[in-house]
Amino acid sequence: MSSLTALKALIRKDLILFLSDRRSLLLTLVMPILLGGFFGYLFGGSGVAENAKIEVGLVAVDDSDIGKNIAAGLKADKSISILELTLAEAQDQVRKGKLHAAIVIPAGFGTAAGAALFSARDKPEITLYYDPSQTALLAVVKGVLTQQVMQTVSAEMFSGKAGVRFIDDNIRESEKRAAKNPEAAELNKFLLSLRKFQERTQGDESTASTATQNAPRGLSMPFSTQDEAMSSGPKYNGYAHSFAGMSVQFILMMGIDAGIGILLARRMGLWNRLLAAPITTSTVLLARTISCALIAFGLLCCTFLFAVLVFKVKIAGSLVGFLGVGACFALMTATFGLLIAAYGKTPEAARGLAVFATLIMVMLGGAWVPAFLFPQWLQTFSLGLPTRWAVDGLDAMTWRGLGISAAIPAMLVQLGFAALFGSVALRKFHRDER
Amino acid sequence: MTTPLLKVTGLCKSYSGRVAVDEVSFALASGQTLGLIGPNGAGKSTTVSMLCGLLKPDRGEILLDGQRVNQGNSAAKHKIGLVPQDLAIYEELSARENLKLFGALYGLTGDLLKQRCQAALDLVTLSDRAGDKPSTYSGGMKRRLNIAAALLHDPQLLILDEPTVGVDPQSRNAIFDSLETLKRQGRSLIYTSHYMEEVERLADHIVIIDHGKVIANETPEELYRRLPSQAALNVELGDVEAVSLAALLAGIQARPGVTGVNTVGNSLRIALGAADDALPMLEWLTAQGCRPRHFSTARTDLEEIFLTLTGHSLRD
Repeated sequence: MSSLTALKALIRKDLILFLSDRRSLLLTLVMPILLGGFFGYLFGGSGVAENAKIEVGLVAVDDSDIGKNIAAGLKADKSISILELTLAEAQDQVRKGKLHAAIVIPAGFGTAAGAALFSARDKPEITLYYDPSQTALLAVVKGVLTQQVMQTVSAEMFSGKAGVRFIDDNIRESEKRAAKNPEAAELNKFLLSLRKFQERTQGDESTASTATQNAPRGLSMPFSTQDEAMSSGPKYNGYAHSFAGMSVQFILMMGIDAGIGILLARRMGLWNRLLAAPITTSTVLLARTISCALIAFGLLCCTFLFAVLVFKVKIAGSLVGFLGVGACFALMTATFGLLIAAYGKTPEAARGLAVFATLIMVMLGGAWVPAFLFPQWLQTFSLGLPTRWAVDGLDAMTWRGLGISAAIPAMLVQLGFAALFGSVALRKFHRDER
Repeated sequence: MTTPLLKVTGLCKSYSGRVAVDEVSFALASGQTLGLIGPNGAGKSTTVSMLCGLLKPDRGEILLDGQRVNQGNSAAKHKIGLVPQDLAIYEELSARENLKLFGALYGLTGDLLKQRCQAALDLVTLSDRAGDKPSTYSGGMKRRLNIAAALLHDPQLLILDEPTVGVDPQSRNAIFDSLETLKRQGRSLIYTSHYMEEVERLADHIVIIDHGKVIANETPEELYRRLPSQAALNVELGDVEAVSLAALLAGIQARPGVTGVNTVGNSLRIALGAADDALPMLEWLTAQGCRPRHFSTARTDLEEIFLTLTGHSLRD
């Protein structure tokens, strides 16, 4: 009974001290909200606005129909934004990082591409300049370019005026080789058939409607995609992940402060005064763990409450799961603080080391940028960190909209780390008492 | 001594092979004040830590009112109040909140806790500032609150570890007033200090520790009796030329009750076996033609006792 009274008094003391330090309290609450808001905006905000287009420069030197049609197709694409430039301007802007990439369609590209479609002639080159810091975007630009070139060149082959000339040239060439090469004979048959198709479609143009005339007659994408975001339902909210990450970071920082508080109490003689009372070290540490976990959990709830009200973040999964992940993470944070107190020699030295370790854990845990952007080995490695599980657990309960079963592994891992940190710290405290 | 309240037997404590406390033994009767003195690093704080159950002795035993003092939630700890050398109070909790916390650590709750807080605040005359945070207090007020926090559970034994460090004379007097009140109330005190005058003012019994060992364990009177001189007579001579100094010193040395004499400038410092010897000595000096311009008597202090016992000063 006496121990319980002491335990309650110690917890109460910690809560009063935390709440009475208004400046610290404000910073602990404001910083994750500010940074969460900023990173959330960068990661796509609340999903209301369209994703930003990739800005790409275009140097269209080729004045053939094919060249013009490729340029028109690129300008019409929804994923990139085309800016027509001279060659020098394009090189300069990509070099300075003002453009992610630039496409150069050289003079004569259309003719050369048409001629190369059914023959082994040299294929013309399109030069692509790109910012080396944006290699991920290069693949997107290449994909769009490939689609536009294939559609435009093949359409010209099947129905364009230049296509007639290209096919006639290829028929003559294949006829010359047909006697010696059976494959050339087969190609010749195919080209003759294609030539008949051209004559028929050009004959139809006089009677076809405008809509039919405009329809592409070449190769087209043999499929279309139906894009469906598999997350919380209505929309992905970039703020949900960033608030999870920033909450994890700043709550861990608060855990460091709690640990440093023990070291300061030792230095000031307060620790000895507490232990001079008829209570055990375990009671004092338990009180510290509970108060720190309560504060951490409260901070997490307040931060997410703000995210829900202002940034339209939704806890689309299990609310119980969200609270469970939060509570287990809070407990892990509290024991992390104890670990710092147990092994820290001075408050100053311990703070520096603990902040460094925390930032590494937070970074590798995917709190700053999502873990799926990491190399595979790093993704696997980061599964050994409690921060990764905390962020993933909060993500699962917010924008991914998963049920409590997805929260349980994250909770168990947090509890495991809490048990590990707590027992190691307690052991060290008891050893130091001797 | 009747059955002692506190009995310390053969305490030993070493850190990494360095002996901090070596076979320390002493006892304290109920209602008495024990002065634990020694220079810095003598082993006082380690001894106090073991007395309070903060450190486990390597050997030896501490019995308080028949109960062994141990670490953790030892029952004997309920009977001990510790006033640490450091200001072990929460600067950002009000004085009353501080006291409520320390009272609750001893299981006090409700009205009893409130009453004890008020009584402690009254004793250290901080009632009018009870709602203020110690961060707004003077150093002396913080020291008084430090004492009040140790009194809430009404301990039989109050251990004060250098409670006046860094305190101005006025606050020191206020602290001593509080301690003397506690002493009058019959509370047992252990007072550690390296200020002899503080210990002399309070202690009924003195334990002197040096290099981890007890080198004296007796009442102040018994300690004083160890010295050849009990009092000193300081005489500033008006006309030194009028007398032969060498003859005068030889004459003084031959007087009954004189245990020593030396000169400092125009002054004589005469060590006497008893304070009663001072007046005949002054009369003799006058008869020899020495007219004292100024004279004073002083009791031999604990500082000199420490010097005699250890061969070095308390604050070396």
